[in-house]
Amino acid sequence: MGGSGSRLSKELLVEYQDLTFLTKQEILLAHRWFCELLPQEHRSVEESLQARVSLEQILSLPELKRLIALHRAAVKIAMQSAWPSACNTANPFKERICRVFSTSPTRDSLSFEDFLDLLSVFSDTATPDIKSHYAFRIFDFDDDGTLNREDLSQLVNCLTGEGEDTRLSASEMKQLIDNILEESDIDRDGTINLSEFQHVISRSPDFASSFKIVL
Amino acid sequence: MSRSLAFVLNVPETPQDPEDSQEPSPYDESEVHDSFHQLIQEQSRWVAEEGLELQQRVLGAGALGASGSDRQALLGPEGAPVYSTATLRILASMPSRTIGRSRGAIISQYYSRTVRLRRRAGWPQLRDVGRSARPSLRLYDLELDPVVLEEEEKRGLLVKELQGLTVAQRDHMLRGMPLSLAEKRCLREESRPPRGKRRVRGRHGLLSCCSRLRDSCILASHNLGLALLSGLQALMPWHYALKRIGGQFGSSVLSYFLFLKTLLAFNTLLLLPLLAFIVAVQAAFPPAPSGSTPAFRGLELLTGGGCFTHTVMYYGYYSNVTLNQPCASPLDGGQCTPAAGGLPYNMPLAYLFTVGVAFFITCITLVYSMSRSFGESYRVGSTSGVHAVTVFCSWDYKVTQKWASRLQHDNIRTQLKELLAEGQLWQRPRRACGRLQQGAVLGLVWLLCLGTTLVCALAVYTFSELVIQSRVSAERDWALLALPLVVCLLNLGAPYLFRVLAVLERHDSPVLEVYVAICRNLILKVVILGILCYHWLGRRVGTLKDQCWEDFVGQELYRLMVMDFIFTLLDTLLGELVWRLISEKRSQRKGKPEFDIAGNVLELIYGQTLTWLGVLFSPLLPAMQIIKLLFLFYVKKTSLMANCQAPRRPWKASHMSTVFISLLCFPSFLGAAVFLCYAIWQVKPSSICGPFRTLDTMYEAGKVWVRQLEEAGPGVSWLPWIHRYLVESAFPIYLASALLLAVIYLNIQVVKGQRKVICLLKEQLSNEGEDKIFLINKLQRIYERKERSRAFQPWEAWKQLLRKAAGDPVASAGQRDDRGASQPPERGPLPTPLSGRVGRTEEAVMPPAVFTDDWDAQ
Repeated sequence: MGGSGSRLSKELLVEYQDLTFLTKQEILLAHRWFCELLPQEHRSVEESLQARVSLEQILSLPELKRLIALHRAAVKIAMQSAWPSACNTANPFKERICRVFSTSPTRDSLSFEDFLDLLSVFSDTATPDIKSHYAFRIFDFDDDGTLNREDLSQLVNCLTGEGEDTRLSASEMKQLIDNILEESDIDRDGTINLSEFQHVISRSPDFASSFKIVL
Repeated sequence: MSRSLAFVLNVPETPQDPEDSQEPSPYDESEVHDSFHQLIQEQSRWVAEEGLELQQRVLGAGALGASGSDRQALLGPEGAPVYSTATLRILASMPSRTIGRSRGAIISQYYSRTVRLRRRAGWPQLRDVGRSARPSLRLYDLELDPVVLEEEEKRGLLVKELQGLTVAQRDHMLRGMPLSLAEKRCLREESRPPRGKRRVRGRHGLLSCCSRLRDSCILASHNLGLALLSGLQALMPWHYALKRIGGQFGSSVLSYFLFLKTLLAFNTLLLLPLLAFIVAVQAAFPPAPSGSTPAFRGLELLTGGGCFTHTVMYYGYYSNVTLNQPCASPLDGGQCTPAAGGLPYNMPLAYLFTVGVAFFITCITLVYSMSRSFGESYRVGSTSGVHAVTVFCSWDYKVTQKWASRLQHDNIRTQLKELLAEGQLWQRPRRACGRLQQGAVLGLVWLLCLGTTLVCALAVYTFSELVIQSRVSAERDWALLALPLVVCLLNLGAPYLFRVLAVLERHDSPVLEVYVAICRNLILKVVILGILCYHWLGRRVGTLKDQCWEDFVGQELYRLMVMDFIFTLLDTLLGELVWRLISEKRSQRKGKPEFDIAGNVLELIYGQTLTWLGVLFSPLLPAMQIIKLLFLFYVKKTSLMANCQAPRRPWKASHMSTVFISLLCFPSFLGAAVFLCYAIWQVKPSSICGPFRTLDTMYEAGKVWVRQLEEAGPGVSWLPWIHRYLVESAFPIYLASALLLAVIYLNIQVVKGQRKVICLLKEQLSNEGEDKIFLINKLQRIYERKERSRAFQPWEAWKQLLRKAAGDPVASAGQRDDRGASQPPERGPLPTPLSGRVGRTEEAVMPPAVFTDDWDAQ
């Protein structure tokens, strides 16, 4: 996007490269997308690093993409397929993801560094450890450090769809949660803590390939 | 978990109540409780005033009135005791629960990890760095609560530890920390040793100089690695195509395309040595042309014969001479001295060794990737836990399309329901009659499938005999296509029949269904290929006395491959496109066919087997296969996008890819290897063409060479010795197989031991859990007793509360300030009354900076 015209300084780029699991190209691409979300006059490097993008703005991206596609046909393909699906409307965990990665006081907006953090965790090369840590925080809906029955039922609802007709019935839900706790709550305290969660995750080879967002 | 215990086990004292001692007195407890309640109310009021949108997921509107029955939701299964706030406070600050949430806990966890790393690496420069710059405290000079201090202390320790590491290690450590990027940058800045310090250290001696050298080497290699990685990223083909497929159809369909990509890599690996050492060399030294080449007619693209026959495509073209020497036929007795004109290039040897080495490389890569895939997908002790794994790991974050995500919702729901139903099914056994009936159906279907396979095999056999009896003249190329056509028709038709038959038997689990389908198709393909191999090596060699039978086999494999490709295209077109059109016409609802992953993968494996079988007879066959795969990728992708829908059944993508790669290894590669070995060791090569035309078997080329070496002199006498004792005698084979068996046995025993240890550890963990519950109950009982004794003097509590509300304005104001600055509003209303309360208790008790990541940044 030549229009934004701003490039990250070399030192900053190297630093980001060292501290995240992203490559140089990916960081530059992420910065370009991020700048696309900002108003035209705030696209300088300094301002883009300070700026925050609200959750609504990120969620409104499909429209934005269309606009960009209209204006810049050349980059259309890249933009269409490139915006990370975490912030896409298709993902039921989008709000949780944005909340977990946000560092703003109200936890409803992402700065560029938060955005890089997000991409780094969901990248190909991130360690399973860090992936499962963030997965745990995403699933911990009430932010209390453990997955209790409430969290689990909310999680299951997110997975099956929130609608009345798509949910599991109360008895099914109860049975499912009982089973989950039976399987993964090793110390039998009624909740699943981080290490128990990571233990479950480590048994599933599919996790690392599904907990991923392709840039 | 236990490792972090030492650092995090600090039950936070309430900073608001300085008089609160280690063991809270009864009315302290009530004060905590009451101020808590106030806190909650204030908070919810504040949130309501702010009018922020948090209420969507809040069942917490009515959460403030805590009802007793809801409390059980938090702790344990039904019947668990209801705990008081003080107990809950302690529970919430247990290390196992803080680690998933608070920054302090994460920092201390990583501190202990770095310490361990340092100890293990033997990199003890703490003495040096201890005197280096103190970490800056600018972030923390506003708040000096004891707990904050403690966290800051831990942070300082972590920074010190990080300073002790090398640059690469530190970056690696920081990269893996689940902290925000700003935090990481800060830590990195602080832990960077100052420049001057380094110079001083440099004077100390050789050691630090060496370490600096090592540092820079590691850094350079790290940078190089990063650059290479990013370069590779740029080269990665089909990145967006694969992303789109993954986004629309999920990981299971993606695994087919990834498998295709893997095959492409295998073929490239196979082709490169062949191209470099056989084809290019032979093309540089072309043999004398034998007669006139027939004109190109177009049909050759299908038959592979005609004008292609005398080219580098086939075995027959390659010469049996040492290429860059003027005199011919070195194998006859060596009229030329070997070192006459530079290094001699012995074509037969090159042919044999290149094919062998290429096969060997493929074998190693295949076994390696298979073992890695096995290691990833079947871990020790991963037997139970379907429900938990399904719930935690089944969402595919790659999915971008809305309808795809809806489909995923549906899939997961069905999967969960099936799992639950399966659990119930286990509980009540089926009636004997039903089981008998199902067994009978199963047997019948298997019988029919095996019968079909037998019929197909017989058909191929009789047809091949027919072809042998009716001699095909060079003009009638069309007749050559008959056998491949029949084989492909059978290969295409029988799987459909199997699929129809499979409808009759109803398997309980979809995975089993897929495995059964794969098994049947595999049996069919193996049998047909086996008969074809017999036809070529057993019958054709005898009948083609005056021709080059190697060329014929190569052409036959080429024809089979091309036919297979055409039929796959037709199948894609007719099977998928027409099916979709018909189903769209017939019914208005969406009736797109599902993408048949298993069938398609088996097609790929079959094609690959053909390539491997033909490498010896047609060195350029891998190139054809590469072209075919490239075409196939685009055709399948287009067809998938236009015609198919994602499979409704859940797939365990990683398990399936393990199965695919093992199928590629075991029947396919192993079969091809056996075929080639037989051809090299046992079959007499034809006497009018090819690099081995004067020899009895192809293997004799090696023998002749060794004999020459023996004659050449004692300088290389070790080589014949190796040949005699290692290759010719059977002893090394026995030794190798014995070693292999020993390794396998040892591995099995190790895994067994690990299983045992896992069982023991599990037992220990559950004991610990019971201990914990026991201790919690004890704690609860003590609190209860105190509460009961306090209940007799309620005025004390009231007095306390009043004093708190009226007097002591400084403390309460500070407290409110803290809260105002630190509470993110959405932390306010929480789903359940109890967890809400725990969260708040926690926040009231712990100073804010401990568990909010971002507040100190303000």
